Amino acid sequence: MTGAATSRERGHPARIRRAPATAPLASSRVGATVIDAGVGNIGNLVRALRHLGAEVEITCDPATIRASRCLVLPGVGAFRPPREVLRGAPEEAMRAALDDGATLLGICIGYQLLFDSSEEFGTTDGLALLGGRVTELPGGVPLPHIGWNRVFGVADHPLLEGSTDDDHYYFVHSFAPEGVPEESVLGRCRHGRSFPAITGHGRVAGTQFHPEKSGAAGLRLLRNYLAWAHELEGGNGATAAGD
Amino acid sequence: MRATIEPTGLTRRIIPCLDVAAGRVVKGVQFKNLTDHGDPTEAAARYAAEGADEIVFLDITAAPERRDTDLDWVRRTAEQVFIPLSVGGGVRSVDDGRNLLLAGADKLGINTAAVAEPELLTRLAERFGSQCVVLSVDAKRRDDGTAGNGPVWEVVTHGGRTPTGLDALEWIEEGIERGAGEILLTSIDSDGTKEGYDLELLRRASALSPVPVIASGGAGTLEHLADALETGAAAVLAASIFHQETYSVGAVKEYLGRRYPIRIQTGASR
Repeated sequence: MTGAATSRERGHPARIRRAPATAPLASSRVGATVIDAGVGNIGNLVRALRHLGAEVEITCDPATIRASRCLVLPGVGAFRPPREVLRGAPEEAMRAALDDGATLLGICIGYQLLFDSSEEFGTTDGLALLGGRVTELPGGVPLPHIGWNRVFGVADHPLLEGSTDDDHYYFVHSFAPEGVPEESVLGRCRHGRSFPAITGHGRVAGTQFHPEKSGAAGLRLLRNYLAWAHELEGGNGATAAGD
Repeated sequence: MRATIEPTGLTRRIIPCLDVAAGRVVKGVQFKNLTDHGDPTEAAARYAAEGADEIVFLDITAAPERRDTDLDWVRRTAEQVFIPLSVGGGVRSVDDGRNLLLAGADKLGINTAAVAEPELLTRLAERFGSQCVVLSVDAKRRDDGTAGNGPVWEVVTHGGRTPTGLDALEWIEEGIERGAGEILLTSIDSDGTKEGYDLELLRRASALSPVPVIASGGAGTLEHLADALETGAAAVLAASIFHQETYSVGAVKEYLGRRYPIRIQTGASR
């Protein structure tokens, strides 16, 4: 349990009741814009967001991205194809939305796209919304890194309310960021090397793992994200009674 | 301080297996005498809440009857269960695989179709990635009497009814070369007996496989599960002990977690 959760409960003792962190959000209008860069199956992410009560739109239309408060950038496969899809108008729309106070969550390849560059199949520039570069994990361990691994050193951050250093998440990847400023690292994982599994700076954040496949811990993170993006009370599993 | 740091925090996985026939969970002994064990979505949701690391569905009617896997229960399950879902049975083409993945499956189990057409493994891996492709191998022990050569296992298909003449260990090696990202290895001799996994088979398969081997067939006690992990298997799959509530997933993980890295889900229902 994080300190933030406790102080929030103390601040509004009469208005807050606990709800399962994986239960749908109480608020009736929680939108999420899933940016579809045409890179494979995003169905399970959409299903998870809908399960949490979000109204999900799936798009790569710049005007829709521009108008969103809550952006999610998924991705599976390789770095370069979605990078090229985003280059130009979709990327400019994402930046403009962020300048207006929108939040952005990148997942897996969508997470890697947030950094300065990737070395997968030669160096490709990223969106440079987070500092660091994406490199291949070292040998000596099975690659790709597939399965449940522990994320430790979790920071005090809205995404991670209710999280502990014992939580495991589901990973499928061979590359991961390095050279990330320490103050942006929100949680680390170990596979061959220690790498930032969750990174956040300002209203941009991302996870190398798939929260939509990480059971209760993953759903809690997504729920926290929706609450953070929409500035709802109690992203940590508390909901405002009577809303 | 010189504490040994493991190079990875990856955990061993505990996987309840749901054999599905006509949209219902079933279980039999050596694929015969099937009994009803309820709705697949409800069972998967219950196991996920207990802390299952993955759910494997095997549509055991799909291959013998040559009908498509019913996708509706896959869709319903994916809407409620947010851990990796592997679905096998009836995947005979890239289109079959695509339909299953769109319905919400994360992994495709390929068994009979891969024996009939090994190139299917490669096509699926190239299209969806090896992490999606699970080669499911049903192995039957053949004591052929060749002194000193040890036991030999033959690949059987169609729910154990059809011998193939393939050596199981050689087939596993070929399947990995062709693109399988994981091996689900079932001992047909042990399946449903609750007398323990075929440890010799698992030991040999784990030694030769660079990809994860999932132990399947024969789990009856907690010690059986530990024995299987001791062979080097990355995951243990079980059905009867979970369906008959001999052990909860949580109890299994608590036991195995004393000896192996295991994901303990905080707040899991018991």
